[in-house]
Amino acid sequence: MIRITRKIEFSAAHFYHNPNFSAEENQRVFGKCNNPHGHGHNYTLEVTIAGEPDPATGMVLDLKELKDILQREVMDRMDHRHLNYEVLELAGQIPTCENIAAVIWNLLEPKITRGKLDRVRLYESPDLFVDCTAAASSTAAGKHP
Amino acid sequence: MKLSLTRRYRFAASHRLHTPQLSEDENRQIYGKCNSPYGHGHNYSLEVTVTGPVDSATGMIANLGDLDPFVEREVIEPFDRKFLNEEVPAFRPDPTQHSAANVPTTENVCREIFRRLEKFPTARLERVRIEETSKNSFQFDREE
Repeated sequence: MIRITRKIEFSAAHFYHNPNFSAEENQRVFGKCNNPHGHGHNYTLEVTIAGEPDPATGMVLDLKELKDILQREVMDRMDHRHLNYEVLELAGQIPTCENIAAVIWNLLEPKITRGKLDRVRLYESPDLFVDCTAAASSTAAGKHP
Repeated sequence: MKLSLTRRYRFAASHRLHTPQLSEDENRQIYGKCNSPYGHGHNYSLEVTVTGPVDSATGMIANLGDLDPFVEREVIEPFDRKFLNEEVPAFRPDPTQHSAANVPTTENVCREIFRRLEKFPTARLERVRIEETSKNSFQFDREE
């Protein structure tokens, strides 16, 4: 099996706030990230596809095709957007790295027709990333009530 | 789908690879430059990976407000700007021990850091990965 990885970068704004928490609780749990004006990151997304190369092309999945999928599903939705207000799939969720990675996984998985989605790695900064992988025991991303 | 969160930390420390179980010549032969008697140092980059359910109230596997001070207290404060062989008890030379388990190779540093971080209360420690230099990395995964 071969794994191929494509990387993209997008920039977006967010903040963390749980409407069921008091103002003090939001501040205590989320700290600086609770600033209601929001703040932003340059996110780096690495998407890995696993599979056997097609004997006719020598490719697991044409990277051009993957690039187009990432443009449509991720860039068009999230790049230069406010994740709390402008991304339908994140509505009602706190836009943490965990929840964004899970949304991206769910958006991409049905679109990958050659090979299988193997891993979504989302960097919020060079020092923080979340990995989303297929697993027998599912750890569903928490949806905010 | 399975989610994990990885956070990178940094510390700088010195060490010397030497074991009293071997002769001076054998130590020099096995550890080479790393056996240099006064020690040498590295900028270590430490990746800590935790897994667990995403808390629906916070959207998080682990709150960095909890993880950062925990790693700071358990690893960064005791390791940063230290001579590992003398200042971290697990790496003190012990002539009575019949293995190299307390030689501060980065393999052993991985194990020691895993041991220290394993008791993190709000998520499951999955992996410790250390880049000793930009060319060497070492990884210790939870053993099932």
